[in-house]
Amino acid sequence: MLHIFCPHCGELRSEEEFHCAGQAHIARPLDPASCTDPEWGEYIFFRDNPRGIHHELWDHVAGCRQYFNATRDTVTYEILETYKIGEKPQVAAGKQPSMQLTKTGQEEKV
Amino acid sequence: MSQTYRLSSGGRIDRSKVLNFTFNGKTYQGYEGDSLAAALLANGVDIVGRSFKYSRPRGIIAAGAEEPNAILQIGATEATQVPNVRATQQALYSGLVATSTNGWPNVNNDVMGIIGKVGGSMMPPGFYYKTFMYPKSFWMTYEKYIRKAAGLGRAPLQNDPDTYDYMNQHCDVLVVGAGPAGLAAALAAGRSGARVILADEQEEFGGSLLDSRETLDGKPAADWVASVVAELESLPEVTLLPRATVNGYHDHNFLTIHERLTDHLGDHAPLGQVRQRIHRVRAKRVVLAPGAHERPLVYGNNDVPGNMVAGAVSTYVRRYGVAPGRKLVLSTNNDHAYRTALDWHDAGLQVIAIADARHNPRGSLVEEARAKGIRILTSSAVLESRGTKHVTAARVAAIDIAAHKVSSPGEWLECDLVATSGGYSPVVHLASHLGGRPVWREDILGFVPGDAPQKRVCVGGINGVYPLGDALADGFEGGVRAASEAGFKATTGTLPKTVARKEEATVALFQVPHDKSTNRAPKQFVDQQNDVTAAGIELATREGFESVEHVKRYTALGFGTDQGKLGNINGLAIAARSMGITIPQMGTTMFRPNYTPITFGAVAGRHCGHLFEPVRFTALHAWHVKKGAEFEDVGQWKRPWYFPKAGEDIHAAVARECKAVRDSVGLLDASTLGKIDIQGPDAREFLNRVYTNAWTKLDVGKARYGLMCKEDGMVFDDGVTACVGDNHFIMTTTTGGAARVLQWLELYHQTEWPDMKVFFTSVTDHWATLTLSGPNSRKLLSEVTDIDLDKDAFPFMTWKEGLVAGVPARVFRISFTGELSYEVNIQANYGMGVLEKIVEAGKQYNLTPYGTETMHVLRAEKGFIIVGQDTDGSMTPDDLNMSWCVGRNKPFSWIGLRGMNREDCVRENRKQLVGLKPVDPTKWLPEGAQLVFDPKQPIPMDMVGHVTSSYAANSLGYSFAMGVVKGGLKRMGERVYSPQVDGSVIEAEIVSAVFFDPKGERQNV
Amino acid sequence: MSVINVYQQNPSADVKAESPLHHADLASLIGKGRQNAGVTLREKKFLGHLTLRGDGHDPAFASGVHKALGLELPVALTVVARGDTSLQWIGPDEYLLIVPGGQELEVEQKLRAALEGQHIQVVNMSGGQTLLELRGPKVREVLMKSTSYDVHPNNFPVGKAVGTVFAKSQLVIRRTSEDTWELVIRRSFSDYWWLWLQDASAEYGLSIEA
Repeated sequence: MLHIFCPHCGELRSEEEFHCAGQAHIARPLDPASCTDPEWGEYIFFRDNPRGIHHELWDHVAGCRQYFNATRDTVTYEILETYKIGEKPQVAAGKQPSMQLTKTGQEEKV
Repeated sequence: MSQTYRLSSGGRIDRSKVLNFTFNGKTYQGYEGDSLAAALLANGVDIVGRSFKYSRPRGIIAAGAEEPNAILQIGATEATQVPNVRATQQALYSGLVATSTNGWPNVNNDVMGIIGKVGGSMMPPGFYYKTFMYPKSFWMTYEKYIRKAAGLGRAPLQNDPDTYDYMNQHCDVLVVGAGPAGLAAALAAGRSGARVILADEQEEFGGSLLDSRETLDGKPAADWVASVVAELESLPEVTLLPRATVNGYHDHNFLTIHERLTDHLGDHAPLGQVRQRIHRVRAKRVVLAPGAHERPLVYGNNDVPGNMVAGAVSTYVRRYGVAPGRKLVLSTNNDHAYRTALDWHDAGLQVIAIADARHNPRGSLVEEARAKGIRILTSSAVLESRGTKHVTAARVAAIDIAAHKVSSPGEWLECDLVATSGGYSPVVHLASHLGGRPVWREDILGFVPGDAPQKRVCVGGINGVYPLGDALADGFEGGVRAASEAGFKATTGTLPKTVARKEEATVALFQVPHDKSTNRAPKQFVDQQNDVTAAGIELATREGFESVEHVKRYTALGFGTDQGKLGNINGLAIAARSMGITIPQMGTTMFRPNYTPITFGAVAGRHCGHLFEPVRFTALHAWHVKKGAEFEDVGQWKRPWYFPKAGEDIHAAVARECKAVRDSVGLLDASTLGKIDIQGPDAREFLNRVYTNAWTKLDVGKARYGLMCKEDGMVFDDGVTACVGDNHFIMTTTTGGAARVLQWLELYHQTEWPDMKVFFTSVTDHWATLTLSGPNSRKLLSEVTDIDLDKDAFPFMTWKEGLVAGVPARVFRISFTGELSYEVNIQANYGMGVLEKIVEAGKQYNLTPYGTETMHVLRAEKGFIIVGQDTDGSMTPDDLNMSWCVGRNKPFSWIGLRGMNREDCVRENRKQLVGLKPVDPTKWLPEGAQLVFDPKQPIPMDMVGHVTSSYAANSLGYSFAMGVVKGGLKRMGERVYSPQVDGSVIEAEIVSAVFFDPKGERQNV
Repeated sequence: MSVINVYQQNPSADVKAESPLHHADLASLIGKGRQNAGVTLREKKFLGHLTLRGDGHDPAFASGVHKALGLELPVALTVVARGDTSLQWIGPDEYLLIVPGGQELEVEQKLRAALEGQHIQVVNMSGGQTLLELRGPKVREVLMKSTSYDVHPNNFPVGKAVGTVFAKSQLVIRRTSEDTWELVIRRSFSDYWWLWLQDASAEYGLSIEA
């Protein structure tokens, strides 16, 4: 049972309040008509399955009903940060999390 | 006569409170404070079960969770049966009924025993993989036989009368285990003001201190336990959970605790009390203080009843006042086990000898035994025991550990109890549930927890810290650390004084050498619960199973409820030695939740019976019940399925309901449809993007049907949306799709188009929706409304506001039956009142309530789809022959457009939705039935589609269906065939899906 | 017709009305529970429930709301109240307004007037929701049996309000005083909650109040 910091509620909440909506940062092509079939197929079907750092889209369905992003280590299941839609992750693959992460609250309150 | 093995004094039992219980049908007596195992031993019960594979008689070996043999069936009645209860963990209560789970026909005289004794080789290790994998068809036969004989317990046949539940806990510090280290940790953390939970699996707190020879501050250790418990009880933020096993360590410091609140009180819980509870704990810090399990030595016939783990003997003597024998032989490789001999001696019982594997042990406890005149044989061990149903003698000989050889013939010592100690194994189970690899420590000859990302502190025995004073200090320090890491200021405190002792190092001995090779020596059991022998492990490595995980699976070592508590390290050591590698090279297997078995009742909690799943009801539900409706589950909703009259079956009722709607007027509760209130200047454009059709020109006052697709172009929901204001729409969704459609709208709004000014709010529950459908619906409605229902004033696909039965209503003129229909929406509090007035007014029109079945039939007659029934996530609007509902020229590339233009979505010969008319009008095509073009084709036939909806009872007078057929829309008039299970073939004509009123005249009057 | 459709949804005449827990006939259970029950339940029925949407970070929105209701916009996870009117934060752009029954239209019109020109939504939810009030020394235990949210006073002071999972569905928990809590529940789930709360409070005793 993961413990996830909702960046809108400002609290850690239990996983059961959330719904994971898959990989984050999959932007809808601005001009779908100009996409080839393979490009469109890439957009709708193909997702990363990394060992390690992964950015995910979550929805706080039982709480504030807001979508947000989480950076999760798929090996340890640690959530390194959560951040609002439109914000950039501070942790990326191959980059160690920095101390400033505490401001996201995921680490702050355990 | 009774309790022959009960000591006259001592122990934490109350001899004035006699408790009767039965075991395998025979009545015995024990005392309050006994465990069931203690009471059985007190009565001289040797055999508690038969072994899993070889069916050898087995007795009690241990005194706690690690017990592998005394796994019993408990329960005085059929409804209260509980399988897999360890007698060592079950408190005795008056009226307890226990039976062995293995041993058929009974434990003392067992059919399998003969096979087991005659030839253990009939079932070599790896029997799952070797013997029973092939031929596959035999497995069922084998399994039935093995399960019955092996005895895995049985589930009750009646409903459990007890209540179980969950409790969600949050704490700063969870302390696992209330032995010396755990108590000290809880004290340190508790004094800081932190929210502390202390959980321990035993009947009372104290752990090893409850049967310890040690003193604390010069007083018995149990006195200190009592004072600590009293202090902890006085701290308001400390929660004490005895009889509570911390069973799982899950992600992000989420732990599950199985608490048995009333299992010690009786066969079922006292009235109004919860029997067992799962605590779901989120802890800021966890202090793991589960201690260590003593390892038995592995030697010949070590499973004959009367062979026990040394520490368990001390527990029975000192805690329960029970001596499980008269004449003890102790075999050890360490100092600590000497206390067993001393306890035995102090109780006035005879210690025949101590066999110590070490050359020249000189520790304090050793000298104490020597001073008492106990015979000590050094460089020696018990090689094997003798006895059929109980130990009668043990053979002790000198051994050469380094060469793994016996160095003297030894002697047979007459005895009735063999106690052994091979050192201690830290209980690393919880520490490794999340994958943390334990690390071997040669100095303590055991695995300790490795590094892990969890916010936890390990203290005491789990760290290999065994001396009492050290364990207390380690625990206290761990408690201070956990509390301060959780944000509390922990204070220092003084710990009680312990007696310092000189201790001689333990020597590494796991399997005792025998003069015969392992596979020829008497069986040397490693894991008694799974009947794994040293020879079996050697065989596994010989056959090339070299990874520890493979050895485990080949032999079943540490499987199931055992989780390797006693046998794991011994098994690893034997495998390592047989491969010529070290234990750390071998590594250890991983442990999984649960640490000990948990009842299904506790898993289910309150989520059973009528609380199994939430059930949703409409505001009109009570009326449906009164009218005798049968209900159908649609998502979580209960919807009326049909309303049978006396003597009617579903077919008769549906036929009557269909006729009433087509001839006069019917009433449907449509309140379950999802309803979303959409407001904002960009609401209309948003609809353009999420629906396949165009919304730009929908005027206020009008309503329109819309289809929704995902980006892949496949239909996923549909419904009617009404424009109630220029920037204000009411969207309806399918009953089952309401929540996911709303989430999907929010997803696009929040992530893709956050600048669009639009809000979505669910109003599903706010409205009660009554649908009046049929040619007389206008006449009926006119009697209860002030709305002008004239067909020009209130045409099809528009809506009006007005009073219905005196209540403000929004009335939508839309139709799902093909008949003149009105959907009346009122604030749900007033739904029932309005319904009653409409029903009263409807009497003269034979107003007939109808359910979902009739609704399905009538819509299918019109060829209207039901998303999820006629679609399956692989159908585009074109496949459904609904191209009329696709606005290909809308300026924005709406969701689904690009997807449905993919090559595969526009190819010829896709499966398309058509009507199917059985050539024989009395034949009914089963829903889901496959369709072929050529019924004479040999199997495998080319399947060209399947039936999606099919109705025998309807208003048409003949059976009809809808289905998908490859290229079906171009095959009108052609035949398809549906081969049935019984060998018959139903022939059907492909026709238009619109069977009734194809021009739509009836809904538009 | 205007841009937004706003109308009186309540009847003017005295018409039969049934609250979501009508079928449970709570009135007949008053006084029948255990003496000194650990939990006392009542349905606060027929109140006006409105969802208010708007940008919670926009000062103009906050001042408009204040003008209409006399209430400060609540910060995350709180509920503010004045008399019988309460306003609760649900999300960064969503609030739950509860007013005495019958005032729904009037308060919606006031809000719309005060927030004129802003992008907002006001939706009457009064038929779809109800409030259950739980009072007594054992309410916290009943809540702990039901939700994974931490209801310890350190984490859940008076005035806090959270949407969360409860048993197998979702609702809103509000703490209105030391030993009084409210559950905001959806109409269609009301029977499930009623059955659940009876079961979960059985060991402490449950009494019903009007």
